[in-house]
Parts: sequence; C-alpha cells; structure tokens
Amino acid sequence: MKYLNEFRDSRLVSNVIDEIIRSTSQRWVIMEICGGQTHSIMKYGLDQLLPDKIELVHGPGCPVCVTSLEMIDKALAIASQPEVIFTSYGDMLRVPGSQGDLFSIRASGNDIRVVYSALDAVKIAQENPNKLVVFFAIGFETTAPANAMSVMYAQELGLKNFCLLVSHVKVPPAMYAILGSPNNRVQGFLAAGHVCTVMGYWEYIPIAQKYHVPIVVTGFEPVDILQGILFTIRELENRTYQVQNAYSRVVSYEGNKPAQNIIEQVFVGCDQKWRGIGIIPGSGWRLKPEYARYNAEDRFQVDEINPIESPLCVSGQILQGLVKPINCPAFANQCNPEHPLGATMVSSEGACAAYYRYGRSK
Amino acid sequence: MCLAVPGKILDIYETNNLLMGRIDFGGVVREACLTFVPEAKVGDYTIIHVGFALNLIDEEEAKETLALLDAISNQDQIE
Repeated sequence: MKYLNEFRDSRLVSNVIDEIIRSTSQRWVIMEICGGQTHSIMKYGLDQLLPDKIELVHGPGCPVCVTSLEMIDKALAIASQPEVIFTSYGDMLRVPGSQGDLFSIRASGNDIRVVYSALDAVKIAQENPNKLVVFFAIGFETTAPANAMSVMYAQELGLKNFCLLVSHVKVPPAMYAILGSPNNRVQGFLAAGHVCTVMGYWEYIPIAQKYHVPIVVTGFEPVDILQGILFTIRELENRTYQVQNAYSRVVSYEGNKPAQNIIEQVFVGCDQKWRGIGIIPGSGWRLKPEYARYNAEDRFQVDEINPIESPLCVSGQILQGLVKPINCPAFANQCNPEHPLGATMVSSEGACAAYYRYGRSK
Repeated sequence: MCLAVPGKILDIYETNNLLMGRIDFGGVVREACLTFVPEAKVGDYTIIHVGFALNLIDEEEAKETLALLDAISNQDQIE
C-alpha cells in the first residue's frame, strides 16, 4: 500500500537507527505524546533498537485512557435508560467504570451500538425516531471535527432525538501540565501527527520556547517515528529547541482550516478532568450554549456520580512519564487487559496494555 | 484512537449536502466524508480517521522525506 510500505522499509529503519546512535552522546528522555505511537514503538520493537542512552516515556495521548471515571459512570447511567440507544466508538465499551462497563450494560439488555463514524450515529437517530440516540463524543483534536460535524448534520436534518455526551481533550495544555510539574523528566517531545494534521503545529512554538524543549511533529510508521526521534536528538545534542515537522506529507504549519472552523463553530474551550491526572485547565471542549439541546448532560440528570478508582493503580504517574508500566506491582498480576485496574491498561493504545501485549516484562 | 489510514479517492459525490467519497485502502473500499478536504480530486491520496478525510497526502513532501533519509543511508555507505 502506497505511503505505508515505504515508511516500513527495513533498510531505512536500520540506517536511521545507525544515524541516531552516531548522533547520541549522552542520556536523553523523550516523550511520545500519542498512544498510537506508543503502540507502534512496541509493535515494531523500536524501543529495543534504540541506544540505551535514549529513554522513551509514554505520554497521555490516549483519549480512551484519559476519559475521566466520572464521564464513564455518566455514560453507564445514560446507557442504562430504556429510551436510549447509546452509540460509541468501539474502544470505549470495555473501559471500566466504578461498577461495570458498557459491555455489561449491553448484556443487561440495553441498546448499545458501536459506530465507525459519528455520522453513523446520526443515521441511527434518523432510523429510530422513537428512541433518543446518544453518541459518546470522546477524543483529541483529531476526532473533534468529526464529532462536531455530527451536530451540524443532525441540525441540518432537523433531528430532535440525537445528542452527544462530550468528553474532549486537547494536547497542548497537557504538555504545559507535564513540563510545569516539579517532577518533570521529559526533555523533548514527539508531537502527535494526526492531532497536528487538524490543528497544525503553531501552538507548540511557545511551549518549546518557554520550556526549552524541542518538539517534533511525528507520524506513525516505523520510519516516521525514528525520523522524529533523530530530529529530536539532533536538537537536544545541539542545545537547540525548535519545533520541526517530521510528518510533512500530511501535516502543515496551519493545519486543516475547514476542520478547525467546524470545531470552533460547535465547541468552546473548558477545563477538563483527565483520568489518572486530574483537572488540566483549558484542556477540553464542550458544546457551545447554542447547541445545548444536543448536550446529553443537560437532557439526563446524571449529577450524582461518586466514582471509585482502584487504589493499586499508578496510571497517573505513568501518563506523566514518571513510572514505567513494568515498575507497577500490579502490572500483569492483578491488572491485565482482561481485568484492567485503570486508565493505561484499558485501551490497546495505553502504555500498560502495549507493554503487556508486546511482552515487555520485568 | 487517533489512528488514521492512507487511502486513494475513487470517486466524489454529495449526499445530504455532505461531500462524500469512496476510498480504496489497498483493496478494501469504504465511504468517507470529504468535507474537510474540499480541494480533493479523484486519484488523490488522503488520510482517513473515523470516516473523515483529515487531509490530502502531499506526494512531493513524501518523496523529499524519503530522499532525505536515503541521503543518510548513502552517507553511511560512503563512510
């Protein structure tokens, strides 16, 4: 397949690795923000090809993992209502709430459907005028335009039986939070390529300047990831901290304007709670007041939620790059993909799940 | 979750005022919304996430990247 095979070429991988080895003179800690990149790194064993001096730590860029427990519990409460068809991207169905997950609600006889696209959820609302269709609108900047479009489309069709349970997160505020922490270890970032496809990378320049960290926009194939690491290492070794683009076939400086416009039309910025981390100021989006009729939280009384997290789980520290999955006592013991205790084991893109799946053990 | 896959645009049409197209992912064909890439033409490659094209793929940039990394490789052989 064009644009995949060339960027998985073993000769290129091996040569970029050699160049990284030649360029690295001391220890560096680099964080890949995106869970998709964590998954690729583990799948292709890139972490094991890099010199020991380079430590990759895995960031909070998995929206399934960081959706707050309160929001999961709200989803479970709404999905349990008999008049509701609850629709969601597949990844969310097995995320544990305080009691059970969406699969267990479905097993109790409720109508819960996996959709590929937010537009499919709108279609279900069209076909079921006597039901209220709720779409679980989660995701980073990558997914926000699609979710926003579902609202515009439902409005265009005049649908009154469609609404969103919104839990959106944004990358740059999380980077500020990580870099501003007194415990921060991260010296350079691989920025999330598909977030930047939508938003561009102009937002990262003030972050690089404020904290003196290089930030490199990076794709998802093995060659892309290694190119991102090479560019980051060169900046670190030169003591420079520019923002560079190692995914230029897809990402532009400005990003995709039509996609940004629809986000701005439908959503407004808000504080957001991240599972395992807590509230990060300005790190979310919610529906604008003029779209309140599409807000599931307004249509259902779901305020009395008292979430209970596992006391064993250290996912908050893992998401900030402070602890490795293999250093958690519960890893692969009490906590595994079948019975996840917290954020980073629930989704296949979570760092703990990736370590488990690809056999990174103690 | 932010997985996005490259595919080739086979055709472009409108459904309920939405710009849509059929996309070939190396043999598997699926419909996707092209609203965010109004400049798209049949035969262009695009990157699809949850049923939406996020951008077109710039062939020249792809070639430049591969040439840049090839240059590193050639440099290795000279050394």
